[in-house]
Amino acid sequence: MNHLLLGLILLPLIGAGLILITDGQSEAGLRNIRWTALFATLATFILSLIAWHGFNPASAEFQLVDEAAWLSKSIRFKLGVDGFSMPFILLSTFLMPFCIVASWVSVTQRVKEYFIAFLVLEALMIGVFSALDLVLFYLFFEAGLIPMFLIIGIWGGKRRIYASFKFFLYTLLGSLLMLIAVMVMYHQAQTTDIPTLLKFKFAPQLQTWLWLAFFASFAVKMPMWPVHTWLPDAHVEAPTAGSVILAAILLKMGGYGFIRVSIPMFPDASLYFAPFVFTLSVIAIIYTSLVALMQEDIKKLIAYSSVAHMGFVTMGLFTLNAQGIQGGMFQMVSHGLVSGALFLSVGVIYDRMHTREIAAYGGLVHRMPRYAAIFMLFTMANVGLPGTSGFVGEFLTLLGAFRANTTVAFFATTGVILSAGYALWLYARVIFGKLEKPSLMTIEDINPRELAVMLPLVVLTIWYGIQPNAILDVFAAPTQALLKSTHAALESVGHVVTAAR
Amino acid sequence: MVQAIVFLPLLGFLIAGSLGRVIGPRPSEIVTTGFLITGAILSWFVFFQVGYGSGPFKVAIAPWISSGALQVEWALRVDTLTAVMLVVVNSVSALVHLYSIGYMHEDPSRPRFFGYLSLFTFAMLMLVTADNLVQMFFGWEGVGLASYLLIGFWYEKPSANAAAMKAFIVNRVGDFGFALGIFLVFVLTNSVAFDPIFASIGGAAGKHFHFIGRDWDALTLACLLLFMGAMGKSAQFFLHTWLPDAMEGPTPVSALIHAATMVTAGVFMVARLSPVFELSPDALGVVMFIGATTAFFAGTIGLVQNDIKRVIAYSTCSQLGYMFAALGAGAYSAGVFHLFTHAFFKALLFLGAGSVIHAMHHEQDIRRMGGLFKSIPFTAVMMLIGTLALTGFPLTAGFYSKDAIIESVYVAHHGPVSYAFILLIVAAGLTSFYSWRLFFLTFMGHKRWGADAAHAHHGDDHHHAKAHHDHGHDHDHHHEPHESPSVMLIPLTFLALGALIAGLLFHDSFLDHGYEHFFKASLTLSPDNHILHDMHGVPLWVQWAPMVMMVTGFVVAWIFYIAKPELPAALAKSQPLLYQFLLNKWYFDELYDFLFVRPAKALGYFLWKKGDGATIDGFGPDGVSARVVNFSGVIVRLQTGYLYHYAFAMLIGLAAVITWYMFGGAQS
Repeated sequence: MNHLLLGLILLPLIGAGLILITDGQSEAGLRNIRWTALFATLATFILSLIAWHGFNPASAEFQLVDEAAWLSKSIRFKLGVDGFSMPFILLSTFLMPFCIVASWVSVTQRVKEYFIAFLVLEALMIGVFSALDLVLFYLFFEAGLIPMFLIIGIWGGKRRIYASFKFFLYTLLGSLLMLIAVMVMYHQAQTTDIPTLLKFKFAPQLQTWLWLAFFASFAVKMPMWPVHTWLPDAHVEAPTAGSVILAAILLKMGGYGFIRVSIPMFPDASLYFAPFVFTLSVIAIIYTSLVALMQEDIKKLIAYSSVAHMGFVTMGLFTLNAQGIQGGMFQMVSHGLVSGALFLSVGVIYDRMHTREIAAYGGLVHRMPRYAAIFMLFTMANVGLPGTSGFVGEFLTLLGAFRANTTVAFFATTGVILSAGYALWLYARVIFGKLEKPSLMTIEDINPRELAVMLPLVVLTIWYGIQPNAILDVFAAPTQALLKSTHAALESVGHVVTAAR
Repeated sequence: MVQAIVFLPLLGFLIAGSLGRVIGPRPSEIVTTGFLITGAILSWFVFFQVGYGSGPFKVAIAPWISSGALQVEWALRVDTLTAVMLVVVNSVSALVHLYSIGYMHEDPSRPRFFGYLSLFTFAMLMLVTADNLVQMFFGWEGVGLASYLLIGFWYEKPSANAAAMKAFIVNRVGDFGFALGIFLVFVLTNSVAFDPIFASIGGAAGKHFHFIGRDWDALTLACLLLFMGAMGKSAQFFLHTWLPDAMEGPTPVSALIHAATMVTAGVFMVARLSPVFELSPDALGVVMFIGATTAFFAGTIGLVQNDIKRVIAYSTCSQLGYMFAALGAGAYSAGVFHLFTHAFFKALLFLGAGSVIHAMHHEQDIRRMGGLFKSIPFTAVMMLIGTLALTGFPLTAGFYSKDAIIESVYVAHHGPVSYAFILLIVAAGLTSFYSWRLFFLTFMGHKRWGADAAHAHHGDDHHHAKAHHDHGHDHDHHHEPHESPSVMLIPLTFLALGALIAGLLFHDSFLDHGYEHFFKASLTLSPDNHILHDMHGVPLWVQWAPMVMMVTGFVVAWIFYIAKPELPAALAKSQPLLYQFLLNKWYFDELYDFLFVRPAKALGYFLWKKGDGATIDGFGPDGVSARVVNFSGVIVRLQTGYLYHYAFAMLIGLAAVITWYMFGGAQS
């Protein structure tokens, strides 16, 4: 028995506890708070690397399992990871120090509470990705939203109340339905142990209802069209680091939910609803790309582009073939890096100009050539240029979709044209052109602190574009296991499924 | 060796791109140009080794994407087809690098410029050495990126930014088809690597495939989708609109990317996939139809354009059409041969035009040139050589390759043969006319520049923010045109040499007895494709037709612009509709703006305001909150209450679980 995962959850909480007892008024106290937060997140990252070292990616089994008695014999406090969850834990712990650094000077109000909220959020996110009990998963999944509400509602922009309220309304509906589904599942299987549930066969009729209940929650979290409208508002109002975490990690919890719960536990329903998911995904890709084209706010544009990119993920996951699932999972990791980097990029100019309006910029390349180069790279990754990580996920999900349903692939592929449209137009309006606005005449190029935040993301975006197997291989074993069990389940009830290669 | 050829430009890009500011412009120029010259020399070695010596080889580099049955590798595949491209790309690129040292000498952003040029070259080399469709796609989009960056190199100009975006997005439309084509090929053959595809694609012959509501012949569909990519990159009819606008980029860029190399990627792609296209006569028919149409259509527009670069751009578009017509006829080597010779004389024409523009202090309108032969004789002679080669003057490069295309289309067995043949013959006349028109207006006749000339100064190269405003004291404008420095003229000399002798030297290998030995297995013809043999037996009138058209074009141009210079204006006046139609490029830009750009924006705005705003939010969160506020009749202070409510809901949920567990748990 090893307690690495428990340690990963506890470490940020310890950091939060230390900050809680630090004096938040004096200048020295604030400095201590920032450094404590940074050290806590860095230590968590290092610990997650140790966990990764002890992880065997060739195995599809749950590893680093840690369990203790909790509510009962059958509802236990159980943690563990497999190839699907491990990369997301690493992504969370990796991005968290960047968020702390990105908030270093930009957060001035209630600094203490801010960093506590982030550290608690980190603990809960790690909890979601490592929970092996459905009740525990539910708790982490829902509780993780509370610090996010606070981050948007307290440190957000002008319309933060509206944004967090909208966020709340959407998620409330989803979470209640999910809770009911969890109770029904316990009633059926007499356990909420995830590994056991993965082998349990629910009756096809019941699967349909359970699937829908979970879908309500996961679809909001993704977010899928048409329950996506909270995201642009939340992003616009959230502080930079909040946007980064929201786009990079919180959105991935929905996709993770699909791959952890919906698809393996309700294979019949997943197959049955696949055309429905495809339809919503394709609408999301085209609809939100068109909407993104017309945005006047930089963050809103990137938020809409996130919805489109998540459309590729849901489409890929429900193809139920290797390329689609691995591509969808890869797309989530890649989007985590790229969208996180894009929001950090926007943060750089927001910190200088305090506006996100596209029309307020133009010609930045004259004063900020280094920034322009970095922003270009992430724009291209967002567009899915081969050689960046953005390409691999898009390519694989589309290939998977083409094998599952050519019409879906046809419409989804139009996304590659539309994304080029909105992304390049944004870039041209913000970066290119003449530097004419008086307010921009003295804007400074990216500073060393900001560069230190950006460079690792630059390197990873390119590296995973050239060597994506580093991530794809981690997903390979659980994908094969999932396909095997799903297809066995489907064949047993008489579905004919194409080969799962 | 081939690793050095491919990766030296990447290294050059990294050095110039990241250290350019530190080491300054001159070292950046020397490093990138030096690498490219090295690469060009090595390429010629590889060319002779592969074409006339030991034959093709492959270098594996690393795995790239593995997912289930999909296995994609980074690898370099060098066969004769690749070797031809290596020579073309690296030779022209090296000469363009060299030329740019002179042409760009006033520009403060030279390290960036040379970095981009090298980045482009790297992407293009990855494209031509690809061993699978996905790596080809990598190079394909990579050259698109470099093209975008270079067209928009002078980013202060709104027109340059717009042109750059247009190029990228129109190319993406083609890539949409390319990507779907890759998917279909994978579904049919379970592979994306060339050799396995070629080995098993025959098994898909005759199969049907259901796609967007229709049953297609699987192979024809695959070829057409892939060809859509080629149409975008090679600016063929329907997807050509970006190429003329791409002339916003600096002239060396036009020579390298938009004449000699990148735009020929589509031709290369179809030739590379000849084993697949050979199995679908219908797809080849479409290729021939689009090629011939483009050759004619772009030629007609070229007749009336006044910007020296745009004339050459439409000429490029038209010549690419010729290449596709040959591919469509099944004469792949004729298409590739024209690609090879065209690279020399078209790069020559562009760089020559650059030299003219340089001499004229950034004037691009040929109506304000004239009589330049005396001022810049060397450039004029170079342009003359380029013009001769382009129009197919006997023994020059274009003579061999263009006549071969026309003959091959004449003897083709399938596709719209008569249509294509007639259009190509007519286009030969158009080519000759607009080429000589350009030459006469620029170099012959009276000078229409200098003190008496109009001051109007149209959008052209070197319009920096600063240069734009000092129009009043534009001190250069009244100087005599001057010949360019030798760093610009030497590259012209090399290209002129190629334009003169490339056809003579290599036509045997590309088209005649040396074909089998030269190309080996890099182009595949189906057993009943005897086109290379048949084209040597065409009737005499077919052989002479292009020559007659060339002379006709020359004579008409002579009459119009030397003998009776008042004629063109009179003709334009008597046929205003036709003239406007041609001058406005068949109104494609307006049509696309109306069909795609505006609707996309309008739809985006509608979906945002009415879809997200009024409908989803209206009935969703906003509607719900309005109801709550209406019906509760109490002041709901959401500002402070929402979190509490939420936590409360969770607590209730938890309580329910625990309660229920206590009852449920008793049973187990």
